[in-house]
Amino acid sequence: MAPRLKLFLPLFIFVVLAGFLYRGLSLDPMALPSALIDKPLPAFTLTALADGRELSREDVIGEPALFNVWATWCISCRAEHPYLQQLADRGVPIYGINYKDEDEAARRWLRELGDPYRANIVDREGTLGVDLGVYGAPETYLVDAAGVIRYRHVGVVDDRVWRDTLEPIWREVQAMGEQP
Amino acid sequence: MKARLLALGALMLLSIHAGAVIETYEFSTPALEARYQLLSEELRCPKCQNQNIADSNAPISQDLRRLLHQQLEAGASDEEILEFMVARYGEFVRYRPAFNAATAVLWLAPLILLLAGVAGLLLILRGRRDGAAALTEDDQAQLATLLQTPEKDA
Repeated sequence: MAPRLKLFLPLFIFVVLAGFLYRGLSLDPMALPSALIDKPLPAFTLTALADGRELSREDVIGEPALFNVWATWCISCRAEHPYLQQLADRGVPIYGINYKDEDEAARRWLRELGDPYRANIVDREGTLGVDLGVYGAPETYLVDAAGVIRYRHVGVVDDRVWRDTLEPIWREVQAMGEQP
Repeated sequence: MKARLLALGALMLLSIHAGAVIETYEFSTPALEARYQLLSEELRCPKCQNQNIADSNAPISQDLRRLLHQQLEAGASDEEILEFMVARYGEFVRYRPAFNAATAVLWLAPLILLLAGVAGLLLILRGRRDGAAALTEDDQAQLATLLQTPEKDA
């Protein structure tokens, strides 16, 4: 290496390091990629919150939908709830997965705060949660008409998350469903 | 006063282990229990990252421990159990992830850095030796005269 170029070595190292650190500022170290993207929604046989009838995978797939993991013990779910209601009012089908919760508390929550869900799957033991790779609530899965998981969002879904991340995939999934 | 300080110091040295995990599982054989210990220390809690599921009291770790116990009692092999966990939570869930395209950088980076360091060191050392031997004949002659002629100021 020419001696002149050698002088720029510290600057070069600084730029590389600064580049990595700058990238690090906007990364969420807790975020994990889901292992289930582009995999089918796992099979399950669980009860419905409303009437206790049996629900399985076949009952909830067939059109694109959101699957929202929630619980009454989850504070962020309460913050998320009004926005889910808005999405439901706009015609987005949402299924709830009531995760490790008590049925009575969950029914009361829906009576008091409104019910944006098509149906609620009672996952009291967290078995469906484990099959989905859930590690906390709220989490929201975007599932296409074929029952394939297309996206998973960990944390609260709000207007920004919907516009920036979920809606583009939602449109794509819907367009796919319309073509035979 | 001194005795009090000593007592206080001694108290500070005491640490009470409060991180104990509550539930215990019954195993049909001690071998299964040993594998349970090993696997639960090797599996990482997805919620409270940087803890393994043996140490963590997060609900998800309780679930994973319960599943681990069930699967061990059902006769699953270590590979089957790890596969089950990785299929749901990704390679992240293992403290020793399998070697594949996604984890290659993780496994190889230390080796590559070490090799780069050794290569850099060799380059520097060689540069020094070459530098010492790099005097031309003219330089040598000049050096010889400089060494022979005493300095005028001296």
